[in-house]
Amino acid sequence: MTDWIAGAAGGLLIGCAAALYLLGNGKIMGASGILGGLADGTARHDRVERIAFISALVTVPAIIRALDPTPAATGLTGNIFLIVAAGLLVGLGTRLGNGCTSGHGVCGISRLSIRGIVATVTFIAAGMVTVAVLRFLGGL
Amino acid sequence: MMRILTAAVCGALFGIGLYLSGMTDTRKVQGFLDVTGTWDPTLMFVMGGALLPMAIAWRLTQGRTPRYGGSFPAPLQHRPDRNLATGAILFGMGWGLAGLCPGPAMASLSYGGSGGVIFLVAMIAGMLIAVPARRRLDTAGGLT
Repeated sequence: MTDWIAGAAGGLLIGCAAALYLLGNGKIMGASGILGGLADGTARHDRVERIAFISALVTVPAIIRALDPTPAATGLTGNIFLIVAAGLLVGLGTRLGNGCTSGHGVCGISRLSIRGIVATVTFIAAGMVTVAVLRFLGGL
Repeated sequence: MMRILTAAVCGALFGIGLYLSGMTDTRKVQGFLDVTGTWDPTLMFVMGGALLPMAIAWRLTQGRTPRYGGSFPAPLQHRPDRNLATGAILFGMGWGLAGLCPGPAMASLSYGGSGGVIFLVAMIAGMLIAVPARRRLDTAGGLT
């Protein structure tokens, strides 16, 4: 129950961040787009803004972690092959499909974009199939 | 300067939101995708919470321009195409395998251990592979 409340509260903050990014800077707050544009050099005049966004995104949770006495737990698998395969797929897929959970899921669906809705339904379905296969193979 | 400050505030809020909602915990994300096991609905509440302010924000864009310059992104006119579908399938597979997507991967960088760092490096490599991959898909053409 408290997980749901924390989830909804955290979600509200994420939505406020996306709303501020849109109304202030006129941009879609998509994590894969902001990072990807820096990585492949397609970002030109707005490099500093992207770096500011990513720096805050990395350092603020680090500060919270330093103040939070409960042990850090991301629960990430220890299987390095799985991690590398997952990272490659996430990077390739989000750039090919032009967005991830924040860009398509939050910013796209909220404007009732057909592309955002189709992408979100598709990646959630693909994720569910993948987790089901992982569970079947005993990898979960 | 205000644009840079706004971007930093958004990154900070995004990071706090991801942390608070538990979305940097890969087990909660995989738990949401785990419909054949013990399903964890948290991600749905996160999504719902995030959609609310954004739906209002899109309404507020009408008849206005962004506070700190530029213009609002026009809705993409083209329909979902092959690149969108292929990309979303590949992304969903990777998301299911590790329970990480780009936002949480960055937010948990400081406490996700070496695995988290390796994921981020692999993800950036995947983003770079996407450039020639997209070119190939576009020239392979025909079947859009």
